[in-house]
Amino acid sequence: MAVVGRAALILALITSLFGIGASLYGARQGRRDWIDAGRRSVYALVAILTVAIAVLEIAFISNDFAYNTVANNSSLTTPLVYRAAAMWGSQEGSLLLWVWLLSIWSSLAVFLTRNRLREVVPYAVAVLLGFGTFFTSLLVFFATPFATTAPAPLNGVGLDPLLRNPAMIIHPPMLYSGYTFFTIPFAFAVGALITRRVDAEWIGVARRFALASWLFLGIGVLLGARWAYYEIGWGGYWGWDPVENAALMPWLISTAFLHSIMIQEKRGMLKIWNASLVLGASTLAIFGTFLVRSGVLQSIHAFGASTLGVPFVSLIALMTGGSIYLVVSRRDVLRSEHRLDSLFSREAAFMLNNIVLVGLCFVIFWGTIFPLISEAVTGTTASVGPPWFDRYTVPLALVLVLLSGIGPVIPWRRATLANARRNFALPLGLALAMLIASYTVVPISSSAPTVILFCCVAFVFGSIGQEFWRGWRVRRATSSDSPATALVSMVRRNQRRYGGYIVHLGIATLFIGVAASATFQHTHYVNLSRGQSDTVGGFTFTNERPTAAIVDDPSGTGALLTLGVYLRVSRDGRYVTTEHPTAEYYPDASGAEGPVGSLIGGDAVSELALDSTWRRDISAAINAVPLQASLQTEINYANSSVTAKALAGNPTLPYILLAIIAHNYLQHPPPAPLKLASSPLVMWLWLGALIVLFGGIVAIWPPPGAVRGRVRARYLARVAREVGRA
Amino acid sequence: MTEVLGVLLIAVLLALVVWFVGAPLRRPSAATERPSDARRALEAAKEAKYSEIRDAELDYRTGKLSDEDFRAIDRQLRAEAVEILHALDELR
Repeated sequence: MAVVGRAALILALITSLFGIGASLYGARQGRRDWIDAGRRSVYALVAILTVAIAVLEIAFISNDFAYNTVANNSSLTTPLVYRAAAMWGSQEGSLLLWVWLLSIWSSLAVFLTRNRLREVVPYAVAVLLGFGTFFTSLLVFFATPFATTAPAPLNGVGLDPLLRNPAMIIHPPMLYSGYTFFTIPFAFAVGALITRRVDAEWIGVARRFALASWLFLGIGVLLGARWAYYEIGWGGYWGWDPVENAALMPWLISTAFLHSIMIQEKRGMLKIWNASLVLGASTLAIFGTFLVRSGVLQSIHAFGASTLGVPFVSLIALMTGGSIYLVVSRRDVLRSEHRLDSLFSREAAFMLNNIVLVGLCFVIFWGTIFPLISEAVTGTTASVGPPWFDRYTVPLALVLVLLSGIGPVIPWRRATLANARRNFALPLGLALAMLIASYTVVPISSSAPTVILFCCVAFVFGSIGQEFWRGWRVRRATSSDSPATALVSMVRRNQRRYGGYIVHLGIATLFIGVAASATFQHTHYVNLSRGQSDTVGGFTFTNERPTAAIVDDPSGTGALLTLGVYLRVSRDGRYVTTEHPTAEYYPDASGAEGPVGSLIGGDAVSELALDSTWRRDISAAINAVPLQASLQTEINYANSSVTAKALAGNPTLPYILLAIIAHNYLQHPPPAPLKLASSPLVMWLWLGALIVLFGGIVAIWPPPGAVRGRVRARYLARVAREVGRA
Repeated sequence: MTEVLGVLLIAVLLALVVWFVGAPLRRPSAATERPSDARRALEAAKEAKYSEIRDAELDYRTGKLSDEDFRAIDRQLRAEAVEILHALDELR
């Protein structure tokens, strides 16, 4: 069926090209029929690419190793759930997923705007299909997922064990949804600039889709961080890895856009800035895909060897150049309608927030590409690690958290001193109380940035809590709602405002976890023999006994051998929990390690054991490599004892010998090489992230039509009265 | 057998795409349609202005605006809303 997949991709490319031509011709000639044909091309793209995706998925699920992509990213021992998700573990599969999601979200956007922005939509459709053309071209000419080999290998290499994690099943689709969603505000911005229709209707469409991309990308980043936290090799939830950074940059820019677009909405200001942000966020989303897919992260030389590097650089250059040209050539329609009334206003706070967010993005951008630049110029890679990022991002993050508390309590246009006193008293009081508590009750005074951050968080809690309280009181005073109903109806009547407040609350909560866990984490690397103990952050870990399992890994990832250790964790002599960190070993498809060694000669992954409460995480991980090395003598002996004749007579012989090796490991276990850690308040990070996402959902949720209708009728009447007097 | 099925599937897919995408072009040629974008843009501006009036009122009720500031802002916002309504009337 590979031919069907290939044909589907070619058809997708032709459909995209036709749709671009039809949309542009229809727009230029004012021909509704051609514009409709262009729009239908977007819908058709979904169907065609779904066929391509289905063909590849069937190949993965049915272990059809004739497909090179399947043979390189799956195997007979890969569990079904991971086989189904293995498609996006490959270069070609992930590009196919990218363009498929692009077609789905583009169709949604085109459908939702079918009766709106009629001048803009044809150009937006052409841009969206332009992205479709680019990615289907890559799949047709440079990285086809439907390349086959005959005869088909009997087994595949297998999916990278690091990707055999539940978070990694959903992480790429979410991340790619975020990336692809960014193309929609980009396309509508291009269309609006071409037609000079940068008006309120465009703002509504751009804001909604920017919020959707922000939300999806946020979920993707969160799942990535969660995955990194569980895969000990990454050493935490955030390592300033280029792949993480690539996703964070457009998210930061879209956060800036979601704030500054409100200034344009309310004051007609910052139009050039907003157009630049929305165009920049999409370009960064493509830049992120380029970083991950071009090979440039491995080495600047790998980029040169990659077939995808030049096309991606060309696309980014086209997007950047085109964006600059459009903004400059349309500066007459992007002129501000008002000036900033006061530096002490919500507009000013949002502008500062924008500067900080863009500054953060620039720092991350520079930190991400600096090693590449240094390698290109000097030939050696200058590493930029977490301390470099922390030096610049920590102060900026502090300002950002503080601003997320200031913004909600100051009004648009101008704040007076009397109002400021009234609105800042409680948040400042809470910040002061936290400052005192940090030197008396809460043991955080050893780290000045953490103290400042906790004070900022207290300020945010105060300001947002005060906003909810006052809004709720107003709602109670103007309706007969019960207390709970008043709260819900208050939020539903002002979803954007209170959704945004919830996001701010989530950000503050998230930073509690980040600051505490980063500052007060305790980590020990130790080798513990059976019965030995080590104390980390007040918790005592005791090696109770080793474990070993053949073809029975607890996390169901398809590992052939799982070694581990049971650790009893206690505090001040009292039992806390038992942890079971494991090391999982996967087969080497090449067979180069001998009949027994190859069963576990592939990748090895350490699975974290974690006990998490709202106060602390205690975790243990076992280092897979030295543990495997300790078995090498026995493996060599087993390899030499399996003759071809014996193997022909009993194909399960290597497994039997591996079981014997595992049994010997249980009888005479080597010291377990462990990483033991105690981190306070990590759960607050995940909780904060979930609050942020919940706030985003509240903000994007369509407002109830009935309520909106009533409000509209009431205000229409009021404005109509004014019209009568005018 | 599988290959024949594949070719058949491709042919069906191609036919469906051509039929679906080309449908608007088979209709009697639509005359140039005057888009109502100006009206929709004004409607969107009106909605945004009403939302701004509501926001200012909530800001006032929650103590972020003084009486004097609120009156001035509210008056200005309503005047801007009136201008939008006038513009909408002119399009009728």
